[in-house]
Amino acid sequence: MQSWHGFIGGWWQRDIDVRNFVQKNITPYSGNASFLSGPSERTRLLWRRCQQLIKEEYQRGGVYDIDADTPITINSHKPGYIDQDLEVIVGLQTDYPLKRAIQVYGGLRTSIRACEAYGYKFNPEMADLFHQYLRTHNEGVFTAYTPEMRLARRVGIITGLPDAYGRGRIIGDYRRVPLYGVARLIADKQHDLHKLSTAMDIGSIGQREELFDQIQALKDMQAMAFDYGYDISQPAGTAQEAVQWLYFAYLAAVKEQNGAAMSLGRISTFLDIYLQRDLERGVINEEQAQELIDQLVIKLRLVRHLRTPEYNQLFAGDPNWITEAIGGCDVNGRPLVTKTSYRILQTLYNLGPSPEPNLTILWSQQLPRPFLEFCAQVSIDTSALQYENDDLMRPIYGDDYGIACCVSAMVMGKQTQFFGARCNLAKLLLYAINGGIDEITGKQVGVEMGVYPGDVLDFNEVMHRFKIQMQWLAELYVHTMNTIHYMHDRYAYERVQMALHDSRVHYFMSFGIAGLSVVADSLSAIRYARVKPVRNAQGLIEDFIVEGNYPKFGNDDDRVDSIAVELVKEFARYLKQYRAYRQAEHTLSILTITSNVMYGKHTGSTPDGRKKGEPLAPGANPLHGREEHGAVAACNSVAKLPYDYARDGISFTFSIVPSALGRSREEQINNLLALLHGYFGQGGHHINVNVLQVETLKEAMENPERYPDLTIRVSGYAVHFIKLTREQQEEIITRTFYGRM
Amino acid sequence: MQGRIHSIDSFSTLDGPGIRMVVFLQGCHLRCRYCQNPDTWEQDSASTVHHSSEELMALVRRGLGYYRNSGGGLTFSGGEPLLQHCFVREVFERCHGEGIHTALDTSLYVPPGRVQAVLPFTDLFLADIKHISTAQSRYLTGQSNDLNLANLKAVNAAGTPLWIRYVVLPGYTDAEKDIIALARLLAPLNAVKRIELLAYHTLGVHKWELLNLRYELKEVQPPAADEMNRLQEIVAEITGKPVYIS
Repeated sequence: MQSWHGFIGGWWQRDIDVRNFVQKNITPYSGNASFLSGPSERTRLLWRRCQQLIKEEYQRGGVYDIDADTPITINSHKPGYIDQDLEVIVGLQTDYPLKRAIQVYGGLRTSIRACEAYGYKFNPEMADLFHQYLRTHNEGVFTAYTPEMRLARRVGIITGLPDAYGRGRIIGDYRRVPLYGVARLIADKQHDLHKLSTAMDIGSIGQREELFDQIQALKDMQAMAFDYGYDISQPAGTAQEAVQWLYFAYLAAVKEQNGAAMSLGRISTFLDIYLQRDLERGVINEEQAQELIDQLVIKLRLVRHLRTPEYNQLFAGDPNWITEAIGGCDVNGRPLVTKTSYRILQTLYNLGPSPEPNLTILWSQQLPRPFLEFCAQVSIDTSALQYENDDLMRPIYGDDYGIACCVSAMVMGKQTQFFGARCNLAKLLLYAINGGIDEITGKQVGVEMGVYPGDVLDFNEVMHRFKIQMQWLAELYVHTMNTIHYMHDRYAYERVQMALHDSRVHYFMSFGIAGLSVVADSLSAIRYARVKPVRNAQGLIEDFIVEGNYPKFGNDDDRVDSIAVELVKEFARYLKQYRAYRQAEHTLSILTITSNVMYGKHTGSTPDGRKKGEPLAPGANPLHGREEHGAVAACNSVAKLPYDYARDGISFTFSIVPSALGRSREEQINNLLALLHGYFGQGGHHINVNVLQVETLKEAMENPERYPDLTIRVSGYAVHFIKLTREQQEEIITRTFYGRM
Repeated sequence: MQGRIHSIDSFSTLDGPGIRMVVFLQGCHLRCRYCQNPDTWEQDSASTVHHSSEELMALVRRGLGYYRNSGGGLTFSGGEPLLQHCFVREVFERCHGEGIHTALDTSLYVPPGRVQAVLPFTDLFLADIKHISTAQSRYLTGQSNDLNLANLKAVNAAGTPLWIRYVVLPGYTDAEKDIIALARLLAPLNAVKRIELLAYHTLGVHKWELLNLRYELKEVQPPAADEMNRLQEIVAEITGKPVYIS
């Protein structure tokens, strides 16, 4: 086939097997970043135009425009352009950049409320039509929810559930479209459909319907591309086509799905093969290769969904988690770093730093040193990278997995997940103490067992009560998830993403916990100090007096770290006792993103001394201010959390000012790499690295809860930035401004 | 034997090469007027932690993945670590047994025997020079600077690398003639590998208040940026050595 000319053949030609294609055709790169190119003139002009639009969007209160009349499908909107003369890669969700569409199938109410919140009127005839004749995912869920599920949701013991918005976390293998062309993918799906059992039970009927929808989605995708002037039925023949085909596939997905996380997968090394072929043929030069990647990234940065202000309170800043996994090694230990691994990082210089796409380095001790140095440099310059431990994940997921959202690994095209947000473990501990009565609302929510009777909390007794509540919550949580995902499959099926999976996939059901460090510290306080409950007029325990010292999570102290480890194991075991929808495999994450603040707001005072309404720590972080022995000790505590029981990911956020990494830039790069090396060497799973500049410090003054472990050193003196008085903070900012810290 | 420890920071990048554990030892016999850590002065206090050398080594080992990969190791600071020279020696000897780099952040205001005791097991001295003039040193710290300058020369003679730290305190330590004299003293010392001029700051002042101590330098403002740059140039010019300001 002409499109495949120059590629080394293999199984990938016979079967849909992108991994095999990459394995056969990759050109690993172990050199440094000196080959990279700046932005082309076209890219510069195009991005400048986008920046103007983004600025206007901000000035208009966060939403540039809404099309409130047209529920979006793959082909609902005419082709849209930013500036056709400058665009090397084309395609927008609607007919104008940043114009948001309504996606009703996730939840009609959400769309209506979001329109109203931004001063738009949802087309009333359409609202009527949906109300009277159609059902959305959100409505479906609420037809089946039990009163107990509604209550658990309302009080916030389980929160953020994808019952009113798209669940996301499903990564289509978008690489399949450029490699094979849509016609081949349709033919394969038709073949799978014919081979399905004709014994019509609920399972096989559902599968037939889904495959039918997948095929239709591929056809719609092809039609959409055709409107833009491209025929994607055949494989991509050039690097430009490969990038364009791949983007069309992703675009079709984000048109239809307002998923919480719409990740990209593992595309850079795949695209490198096409770029390398064109470079070798002399068809493009390095600037043009970079231009293709820059322009793809521009498109990804413009992805917008219509969300309610409440959603934004949980996850602010229009996040889409367009996560791209970069680097890693193959199962034989060969690094999968290519020049395009560099090129996609280079977009942070060519276009400036940005949270999207969510660039994720798959860290391995075997990655080439120059690449690691470049990553560290990018981190120091932009704070835009996260790192995940490929050496930990590769033995489980192999070498062709992607990351959904932040930390959820899944094999490309073969595994997917049912996203389950998280439950509030800190609140559950209070249920154990208050006999299942919610400490905020006074309602009986958990297992009724009477308020804790004694004057001092006894560790064994509290643990006993806590385990009963954990068992109760695990059952309720699994059942609630089963309900949500049944309805999501039924009313808001991700036909595009699933068309880019094998027809038979492995499902994970991913549960989550928030407040791990608060619970570990609380139990440690109960065990190693004296914790006296304080009762209110109704006899409910609403506060605690802590007498004496106790070991705190984040100090590499086994006495408390082992409590955290056991909690994770215990809760994972309870979850697995209850059968998950579609025989999904239960997984668990310790990840809150920014929602830890919201969860804290709805959680009463805890036995560790944290007061009612104060934030929980983000993800698996120690609670801010509790690390007394510095970052290595904190990293070591987090690294103890068992990934085998929390395979959906363990998130750790690390913030530091550049000057605390070393005096010279070389020292900073060297030390940051050693920090990552040490953390991952201890078995750590994930780390967000913030190397923060003055601007960030200023922001930290206004939002201290978001910078719990920001450390500053001022010649021989180390301190948590947020612990300083305002005057001291201002002083440091003034000093730093002169670059003298 | 047991060491008296004020606090431990498992992650420092500014107290020697690479990532280091810094152990702040309790106790100091100097009373520097601008001290950032007056809570380390007393020989013992309620919050002091006692560790044997083996206990401390166990903590160091927890961070080896970080320390070794960065070319870092263990730094003793204080207080004045050489008030506990036997403990320092014991720990550093163990470090050398395990291939861990050792650094000592000291004022060197101690009897020469104490420096000699730790010298064979110390890979780097971070030597604080308070002032080049004896009278000024006595005013600032309560002690003459005969001892520490002699010790400085002895360490240099032994060939053990030195990083010099000097706090620039406007009105007290920033006179150009003093800076020049300091630079001239350091220039011929081959073991001095770098010089750090640290801008005076007020972040430790609140500790004085907590301890009910009177802080006499309240009116002193941190030095201006261009002044620090100017001093850096002077010292670099005279010594020909790398000079960092912070």
